[in-house]
Amino acid sequence: MTILARPRSRGLRGNEGPYGWLFTLPAILILGIFLVIPILLAIWVSFSNWNGLGPPVGGQADFVGTANYAEVLIQPGLARRDFGIAIRNNLYYVLLVVPIQTAVALFLAVQVNRRVLAARGFFRTAFYFPSVTSSVAITVVFLYLFSASGVVNGVLNWIRIRGPNWFADPRGVFHIVLGWLGVEGVPSLLAGEGPLGVTWWEWVSGPSVAMTALIALAVFTTSGTFMLLFLAGLQAIGSDIEEAALVDGAGPVRKFFSITLPMLKPTLFTVLTLGLIATWQVFDQIYLTGGGSPAKTTLTPAFLAYSASFESLKWGGGAAISFILFGIIVVLTIFQRWVLRDREGGSRRGRRRRARTARAAAVTAVRPGGHDTGGGGPT
Amino acid sequence: MKMKRHWRALLLFTVVALIAACGGGGTGDTSIPITSADDAPAPTADTGDTGGADTTGGEDTGGSAEGGSMTMLIGSSGDAETSAVQAAVDAWGEESGVSVEVIAANDLTQQLGQGFSGGNPPDIFYMSWDQFQTYAANGYLEPYAEELSNADAFYQSLRDTFTYDGSFYCAPKDFSTLGLVINTDAWEEAGLTDDDIPTNWDELADVAAALTTDGRAGLSFGLEYARIGVFMNQAGGTLVSEDGTTATADSPENLQALEYVQSLVEAGSLKFPSELGAGWGGEAFGQQTAAMVIEGPWINGALANDYPDVNYRVVELPEGPGGPSTFVFTNCWGIPAGSETRDQAIDLVEFLTSDEQQLAFSEAFGVIPSTESAAATYAEQFPDNEAFVAGNDYAVSPIAFAGAAEVIADFNASLEGFATGGDAQTILTTLQANLQAALDAANAG
Repeated sequence: MTILARPRSRGLRGNEGPYGWLFTLPAILILGIFLVIPILLAIWVSFSNWNGLGPPVGGQADFVGTANYAEVLIQPGLARRDFGIAIRNNLYYVLLVVPIQTAVALFLAVQVNRRVLAARGFFRTAFYFPSVTSSVAITVVFLYLFSASGVVNGVLNWIRIRGPNWFADPRGVFHIVLGWLGVEGVPSLLAGEGPLGVTWWEWVSGPSVAMTALIALAVFTTSGTFMLLFLAGLQAIGSDIEEAALVDGAGPVRKFFSITLPMLKPTLFTVLTLGLIATWQVFDQIYLTGGGSPAKTTLTPAFLAYSASFESLKWGGGAAISFILFGIIVVLTIFQRWVLRDREGGSRRGRRRRARTARAAAVTAVRPGGHDTGGGGPT
Repeated sequence: MKMKRHWRALLLFTVVALIAACGGGGTGDTSIPITSADDAPAPTADTGDTGGADTTGGEDTGGSAEGGSMTMLIGSSGDAETSAVQAAVDAWGEESGVSVEVIAANDLTQQLGQGFSGGNPPDIFYMSWDQFQTYAANGYLEPYAEELSNADAFYQSLRDTFTYDGSFYCAPKDFSTLGLVINTDAWEEAGLTDDDIPTNWDELADVAAALTTDGRAGLSFGLEYARIGVFMNQAGGTLVSEDGTTATADSPENLQALEYVQSLVEAGSLKFPSELGAGWGGEAFGQQTAAMVIEGPWINGALANDYPDVNYRVVELPEGPGGPSTFVFTNCWGIPAGSETRDQAIDLVEFLTSDEQQLAFSEAFGVIPSTESAAATYAEQFPDNEAFVAGNDYAVSPIAFAGAAEVIADFNASLEGFATGGDAQTILTTLQANLQAALDAANAG
């Protein structure tokens, strides 16, 4: 045993260090080559004037400082305006898709988790099905459903509503509503220029009619995935706790808000985070519905980064947009983490309610199943 | 003793791994093939229907000498085009001993960009008119066209399209112009005769109104610069001054054109394809929800495939107050700058742009030859398409300087509000500002 002959200072496991590195080396190499190096290269590209010809490092591209970032954020012009419009579109998309898909997913999960429901397996599969189907295929189907003479408008026609020409209608939903309320043209209050060269009136347009169809599409496809996460979370809640609540006389609504929802918080955090990231990166649907048409109202930063790079050959600008998008996602995720943090010294009412809940649970259950109920959150 | 051997093995492994890692992350030249080798097979995988491809991956495309192999990336309209091009390059390959693999791109722009940024572009490819200036300005393209023996045989308008900074870069492979496509059944139904074929804007408005019925618009075309721009040119307007330094979008002529189009919309005789539940003019025409459309020769193939029962004829576009005008759209055979297979590729282009070969392509998939002599033969062979050929006498190329694409995209976007009563003057003012900024940027760099 040569190991024993080694100097003592290395400790009991002293010699395992190199082997540890050896065994992790494949992972480090793969991540390095396919993740770290490309990211570093992309950071460099976003600060360079690389035109896509030849390698981005080694004399072909020059360092241009923050010019690429300034072009989309500061300098007045088409690039900044396009970016502003893309941000606006995506903001409405996120604001609508994330809450709706989370609520729908939770609702579906609670429904298919009920023991009394017949054919649970069927419903679980049915709700999850859109998630495993290719987003390209579903988008194409939606293009047909929402065409001017498509199924959606056909159904609307039964109830005497003349549906819009969904994917060709650039009008903002809030603008339409304001129009009903008698707001004609642009109110002088909102005519001024807002952030990123987009007027305030344009900022408050709401999602365009075309975008609402895409929002429906996103809710339809992703609710199933998140339903699965919630379902895993729900099944981690022991039936004993529910029974305890029942014994304490909690109705289904009370049980949902006082037991189910608090115990699903870790899952909720996962779902919201994943939803937030995915919705800010929406690309496939945009690419398939015509790259921002109608009238750029479905343009998103992710698509803008693509078109700047591949169509205009402004690789630096495209990379800059990607990193701004990355920044937005990180900031929003941190913000969301902060909002959903465990408030130890929370409001009095909340604390009292929690205490009550805990007492109720304690009647039969010893401990509410540990802190992490999730187990369903993919990394 | 045992331990030492272990250490040696570990050391050896680490060294090997480090070399591999440096290969990935070190100097640019070696780092690129790692990504491109990963990416390159993607397009190759889509060539299932081309057949006969006997080269393997993308790695070997660059360095081959005589009797080697080349890759060709095309944006194919369908199997007919892909197999016709493959047959043509095979015929050339028998003479030259070079085998050429034809790859039909799913998304030509994206795949080209990927090829170039990966340092591994195809040896020869379709270069579209709207991307040409951007590619030329960024130094992607080899300016070879003047060396061709048939360089002077091409239409001047096509030469101009593929001229950047005074040099004629690449040989146009064919062209399309816009014509007025008329549904002859609807035409007769409305009691119109050959004498009624519109030759000016007023007559166009009249026949469009006459052809409009309850479920059918008299006239339809896509709401975009590639159609509206024709009206601007017919009114005598332009977007960019002769010398290419000043934007001239905000002019009374352009305003007149937009207002004329608006008047057709207001009269109810012009509806855009999206309003008719169609993806483009040809589809609306095939579904007979539009009696006339402004489209190019590509409509022939679409109608023959999907709507063989529609009877139609093609006439030249009516003249505007500023004279006749139409747009010409074209692709050229692009060769990457500094390509190692440059000479062979030029030889291949010469073969492909010969009158004989171009007419073979016309027969196979309906494009119009890019040389004047071949186009004349084409007009005789396909009298139905004579109007498209005739249009090239006065056709102009849509603006396409580097950076124009975003401006045009913005213009197209603002036009979409136009159908619902947008203000023509505002659209032109915005276009003028954006165009001038883009021109300044293009001329500065």
